Amino acid sequence: MKQQIIVSGIGGQGVLFLTRVIAQVAVNKGVAVLTSETHGMAQRGGTVLSSIKVGDFSSPLIRAGQADVGLLLWEANLEVHSGLMKAEGKLFVSAQQSGEGERIDATGIAREIGNPVLSNLVLLGLAVKQQALFCTAEECEVAIRQLAPPKFVEQNIEAFNRGLDR
Amino acid sequence: MDETIKLLMGNEAMGQGLIEAGCQIAAAYPGTPSTEILQAVIDNKERAVEPLHVEWSLNEKIAFEVALAGSYSGKRSVAVMKQVGLNVAADPFMRTAYLGVKGGMLTIVADDPGPHSSQNEQDTRLFCLQGRVPVLDPASPAQAKEMIPAAFELSEKYEMNIVLRPTTRICHSRQNVALGQAAPLQRSADFQRDTGRWAATPAFLPALHRKLNANLEKIAQEPAWQPLYSAGDGSRKRTALVASGIVYGNLVDLLDELGLSGQVDLYQVLMPYPLNPDFSEKMKRDYDQVLVLEETYPVIELQMAHAQAQGKQTGAVPREGELTPDVLHQVLADFLDLPQPAQPAQERRGQRPSLCPGCPHRAAFYSIKKCFPKGIFPSDIGCYTLGLNLGAVDTVHCMGACISQGAGFYQAYQQDGDFPTIVVTIGDSTFFHAGVPALINAVVQQARIIVVILDNATTAMTGGQPVPHMGVAAGNKPTKAIAIEPLVKASGVDFLESCDPYDSSQFETLLKQADDYIRSDEGGVAVLISRHGCIMDPRVRKAQAASVVKINDKCVGCRKCTDAFECPALVFDDESNLAVLDQDRCIGCGTCIPVCPVDAIVTVEEIDPVKTVGKEESS
Repeated sequence: MKQQIIVSGIGGQGVLFLTRVIAQVAVNKGVAVLTSETHGMAQRGGTVLSSIKVGDFSSPLIRAGQADVGLLLWEANLEVHSGLMKAEGKLFVSAQQSGEGERIDATGIAREIGNPVLSNLVLLGLAVKQQALFCTAEECEVAIRQLAPPKFVEQNIEAFNRGLDR
Repeated sequence: MDETIKLLMGNEAMGQGLIEAGCQIAAAYPGTPSTEILQAVIDNKERAVEPLHVEWSLNEKIAFEVALAGSYSGKRSVAVMKQVGLNVAADPFMRTAYLGVKGGMLTIVADDPGPHSSQNEQDTRLFCLQGRVPVLDPASPAQAKEMIPAAFELSEKYEMNIVLRPTTRICHSRQNVALGQAAPLQRSADFQRDTGRWAATPAFLPALHRKLNANLEKIAQEPAWQPLYSAGDGSRKRTALVASGIVYGNLVDLLDELGLSGQVDLYQVLMPYPLNPDFSEKMKRDYDQVLVLEETYPVIELQMAHAQAQGKQTGAVPREGELTPDVLHQVLADFLDLPQPAQPAQERRGQRPSLCPGCPHRAAFYSIKKCFPKGIFPSDIGCYTLGLNLGAVDTVHCMGACISQGAGFYQAYQQDGDFPTIVVTIGDSTFFHAGVPALINAVVQQARIIVVILDNATTAMTGGQPVPHMGVAAGNKPTKAIAIEPLVKASGVDFLESCDPYDSSQFETLLKQADDYIRSDEGGVAVLISRHGCIMDPRVRKAQAASVVKINDKCVGCRKCTDAFECPALVFDDESNLAVLDQDRCIGCGTCIPVCPVDAIVTVEEIDPVKTVGKEESS
């Protein structure tokens, strides 16, 4: 099984955390994984992109038109990153208004839970519900529990479940 | 679940590799993309089975020299830096090639092709060719970690410093990586005097140089470091692909996606310098068509000197930027005569980065620009480079350059008569790194400039490494605090004030006083310390007052707050033609309130800042 995933957002939205959760699921399953992340200056509110390649790959980078799944936390990044998607790729977008891809007001839901940054896990929940990813909800929950700061574990799980239950 | 397999960032993998290889002295100055290497050593120090000294040094030259003496004592040591940090450490680095080391010494230098977060995309491998230092080029996080113990052995066999050169895509890639056990080396510090070597005068250097050259010839032949060969199926005769570093990984995946795996002879160069001359001869003998793929300069291509090789020298491969899979696709299509790839869509730029909501630098920059609209603003390397967005940064060059550049601007203008107000901005960590000698020089040369030290009590851009005036060393170890004020005074500065830039009226009063001072008869360098903790530090957020800020119906849509103040929480709404406040991003600092010319930005109620501090994510 091979899968190429992009996570797109702006610095501060939890793109790195979401990337780590998905990659950790692969590690837990004993599947090879490579990710690439944006660090440094761009993290200060600028556009950031992570890629996750699950399965037998040598490079962490994703070529144009090769991503199977796209998780977009910042709708405006569609015009920057949608070129990475396969024509039949599955795109999930955090947005209030309608448009390209399957959408959910992840930030609004996360705000209800008490922290807008948790939109990242709401969106993950939706993607898992639609069986777009290589993993199950249970596997994701294990990884979230491994990686979330102890104080916020339950809040993180709640965000994930809200996306899952939509 | 295999407990020894961990999801590790390349930098974490290298940090773990250093501990497992018995490294006992580790020194670094933070810089993207290298920072997390030393941080991983700090975070996993308990895995070391022998004493391990870890330090965030003041700069890369110091880090290198500390590690060097560790090696002279017979212990394994490492200096870690980003590519431009090697420029700072160049002086000891170059001499070390001649004098050598004793205990294994590695210099890990992280390059940044692209560049993503650097002032250039220089290639450390070419630097090593010039410095005559062997350099290794890993293609994945796991390979970077694997190379470390073998590199220490190579270093000890030839008593030479060895460079490991990861790039951003290795450093900030994550992979499942196996952890091993640290084995005790049982070495005691044992410095053997040898002045003909460790204090070599010119009389000794020709012999040392000869030894160096002889070593390089032998290292080029080391079996463990020869290019790795994957044979093709013969369908493309006398054709070879040669790649190193992440480009090799990109190439392997691309060949697979194009259905070309196993068709073409493929070589991964592990040690780009010194390249084995026998390898170069073999390439000339066995292949008529060779494509050399490397980042960022043609180091392998130059050494191989194959008349038919294609690469950066011939223009077949782009000479700048990363060799991403998409770039490689075009290069490979041309070289192997494949169908031309679809032209990629014009690359669009996303959201530009900006200073965080509540960042004290924003308040300082806004006041500087307001007080001196016609000033010249040299700045420096750090988050505050983003003062560009406020029009309060005119130059950014290299660590510490702003003070000397400010002084140089002054000299150039004053010899014509008058001079503009020159306001230099430098962060606290950058000030300690390379600002102090520049400040002394500016004073001695009687420059009349305002130096604003943006003291946010941390090295913010790279994720919050300790700074000397906070009295904390690596791993939160308490140490002596070196205050900024006495340093500034001892540098001969007579005008010294400090102020929280959140208090904009006081800050602007002091800026004007500083301008009066530099223009007075006895004027010289004026220093104003802009002091407010980094807003990324949760302790700072918890300690400061916060209010719910709103924009009321007085707003006339003049865009001053969104354009001139440029806080990410202030957004211009194109439908209503008014400014709106994004409550998800606003931290309620209120620094934007004085910016509004019609007093439309107001506080509604005090809030408990603790509640606004959300989940913290490491960077």
